[in-house]
Amino acid sequence: MKIDIILAGVGGQGILSIASIIGYAALKKGLTLKQAETHGMSQRGGDVQSHFRLADHEIASDLIPMGQADLIISVEPMESLRYLPWLSPKGWLITNDQPFINIPNYPQQEVLSEELNKLQNKVIINADKMAKELGSARSANMVILGAASPFIEIEFSAIENAVSEVFARKGEDVVNTNLACLRAGREFAQKNK
Amino acid sequence: MSKLLLLGDEAIGQAALDAGISGVYAYPGTPSTEVMEYVQHSKQAIEGNVHRKWSTNEKTAMEAAIGMSYAGKRAIVCMKHVGLNVAADPFMNSAITGANGGLVYLIADDPSMHSSQDEQDSRFFAKFAYIPVFEPSNQQEAYDMTYEAFAFSERFRIPVMIRVTTRLAHSRSGVVRKNVQPQNEIKLCDNKKQFILLPGNARVFYRELLAKQPILEKESIQSPYNTYTPGSDKSLGIIASGIAYNYVMENFVGSQCPYPILKISQYPIPTQLVEKITNECDAVLVAEDGYPLIEEQLRGLLNNGKPINGRLDGSLPRDGELNPNKLAVALGLQDTYGADVPQIVAPRPPALCLGCPHIDSYTALNQVMEQYGPGKVFSDIGCYTLGALPPYNAIYSTVDMGASITMAKGAADAGLLPAVAVIGDSTFTHSGMTSLLDCVVENTPITVFILDNYTTGMTGGQDSNALGRIGTICKGLGVAEEHIRVITPLKKFHETNLQIIKEEIEYQGVSVIIPTRECVQTLKKKLTKK
Repeated sequence: MKIDIILAGVGGQGILSIASIIGYAALKKGLTLKQAETHGMSQRGGDVQSHFRLADHEIASDLIPMGQADLIISVEPMESLRYLPWLSPKGWLITNDQPFINIPNYPQQEVLSEELNKLQNKVIINADKMAKELGSARSANMVILGAASPFIEIEFSAIENAVSEVFARKGEDVVNTNLACLRAGREFAQKNK
Repeated sequence: MSKLLLLGDEAIGQAALDAGISGVYAYPGTPSTEVMEYVQHSKQAIEGNVHRKWSTNEKTAMEAAIGMSYAGKRAIVCMKHVGLNVAADPFMNSAITGANGGLVYLIADDPSMHSSQDEQDSRFFAKFAYIPVFEPSNQQEAYDMTYEAFAFSERFRIPVMIRVTTRLAHSRSGVVRKNVQPQNEIKLCDNKKQFILLPGNARVFYRELLAKQPILEKESIQSPYNTYTPGSDKSLGIIASGIAYNYVMENFVGSQCPYPILKISQYPIPTQLVEKITNECDAVLVAEDGYPLIEEQLRGLLNNGKPINGRLDGSLPRDGELNPNKLAVALGLQDTYGADVPQIVAPRPPALCLGCPHIDSYTALNQVMEQYGPGKVFSDIGCYTLGALPPYNAIYSTVDMGASITMAKGAADAGLLPAVAVIGDSTFTHSGMTSLLDCVVENTPITVFILDNYTTGMTGGQDSNALGRIGTICKGLGVAEEHIRVITPLKKFHETNLQIIKEEIEYQGVSVIIPTRECVQTLKKKLTKK
C-alpha cells in the first residue's frame, strides 16, 4: 500500500496542519511516511506545496515523481491546478473552491471553474462556507481533509482521533468544531465523488 | 525506542544534543535555521544549559564553536551554504588547528535556489579545506551521522562537515534516537601550541592534516554509509551520493535495481570503491544533488576512460535539484507525467505581507528617488529584497550580506549619485557595520536605510542582535548624530518621512535613516501568545 499526496495552498493558509493530522494517524498505524515541506522565502504569500508520502514499506524519495500522485489536496482552487503534472491519470483532486487573491492577474472565477470541471476525478467544495456554518471559518482546512478522507486508506476513526489529539491543547470546543468540519467534508465527498 | 517525526534539520539538532554538545552556534539561513530553533525549544537543551543563542553572523558563530572545541567540549555550528563563504576564514584554518572537543559544521545547501542567490556545493569547500564530510540521504542517517560525527571529530582531531540539501533539511520522517551522552568536561589540548597558527607551527600542522588524508579515506572505504550493492547487469554502474541515492532507488520500488550501485555518503571519496564499480561496469552514471564533484574527478580533464554519464554530459541537467523523474530519464526508463498546468494558472511569487513596514519605507523612498532616475538604490538579503518586484521596483542590487552599503559606496566613488543603500537590521549587524565604517572614514556621500523591524524576518522571525542597538552602533562608527534619523514607516507620517529622506539624500556625507516598526509577523505571533 502507498498513498502519495500533494498538499497545495498559499503561504500562511495552514496546509501543514492537514499534513500533521494525517501524519499523526499514519504513525499510530505504524506506517512509514515522508513529508517534504516548503519553508523560507515562498512562505511570504507565495505558492506553497508539500509532498506527503505514506506507505507500509520503505519510501525512497522525499519527492513524489511527476505523474504518480494519488491525490492533490488543496485549500485554494488555482493552486490545485498548479500541480497537475504530478497527478496520476487515476488520481483525485480535492480542492476548496474559494480563491485567495493576492496577485493582480488572478484568473476569472468562470474560467477557473471551467478548468476544474474538465477534470475526471475531483471533489470541489466551498470549505469556507461549510466551516463558517459549523462555527469557525478557520477550520476550512478540516473540511478539505474530511473531503479527502475517503481517498486515504486509513480508517476514518483514526483520522478523527488524530484531530482530537492534535487540537486537544486548544480545548474541547475547538476539537468539536474541527471534528464537525471533518465529518461534513467527508459526507460531502461521499455524496459528490 | 519509539520513532520521532522530525525534519532533517530537527534530526540533526536532536542528534547533536544526544551526542552531548555544550553549544549550538548559528546565524539563521534557509534551509539551516530549524536546527537552532529545534534546540532552542528543547527541554533537554535547557536542562543541560546548552548554548543556543543566535550569533551575529556565521563567522562569529564558527569562531565561538572553535573556542568551545578548544576548551574540550562538543559544539555544532549551523549555516546555509552562502553562510560558509562568510565563515570561510575560520573554516579553512580550523582544518589546520584541528579540533579538540568534537566540532561539527552543519552546512545546508540549496540546489535550485529555493531561497538563495546561488547553489554552490559545500562539498567543494570541504575538499578545499581537507576536512571529512558526511552527506546523509535520509532523516535517520542525518541523526546517526551527526551523532557519530562528534566522536569521529575527536578521534581524528579534525572538524567534520555534515552536508544536507534543502530537500532533506525540510522533509519530515520517522527517526529513532540513540543513548544520550553526557557533555565533555573542560580539557585543553596536550599540545598547547595547537591553536597558534604562527607560520612555523602552521607548516607542521598542515603536513599533519595532509598526512591524515589517507587515514580518512580508509575510514570512507570502510564506512557503513558508503555501500556497494552488486547487480547482475554490468552494462551500467551507478554512483549516487547523499539524497540522490533515493531518487535512483525510487525508480526501482517493488523491483531490484539491476545495476551495481555505489552509494557515497562519507568523504573523502573512497577511491577503491569507485575503482571497483568503474572496472566492473561498461559505463558509469553519477548522480549528485549539487555540483558534479565526484563526476568531475572521475572524468578527469581528458575524459578518456569509460563513458561517464551525469551532469557534465547532459544525462542529467547541469544545474538545479535532482528528482526521481530526472533519474528515470538518465536511466533510460519510462518517465511519468500527469497533465500540463492550465495556462490560466498565474505565478504567485512571494510578496511583502499586508501591513509590512517595508511597504511604507519603499513607497516613500520611491517617491523621493523619482527625480534622480533609476539604478541608484542598492539593497541586500532579506524580506526587503522583494522590493525588487512590482509594484515597488525599488532596488537594483542584491548580492551578498552587507553588500548594499559597500556597493553604494563604490558607485558613489564612481560618481553615480545619489547613492542609496537599503539593508535590514539583522543584515546590518551581520555584515553592514564594517561597510558603514568605510563610508565614514572617507565621508562618502551616501544615504543608508537600515530597516529596523526588530527581527530576522525572512527566515521566520529569529532574534536580531541589532535589537535596540542600531542608532548607537552608527554613532559609534562615526556617523554624525544629526544625520542619524529615525522615522516611523506608517502612512500617517508619510509627508514627514518624505521630507527627512529628501534632506538626507541631498546631504553630501554619510547619513543613516532608520525606519523603525515591528515586523507584522512577529507582532502577530506575540499577540496570539498573549
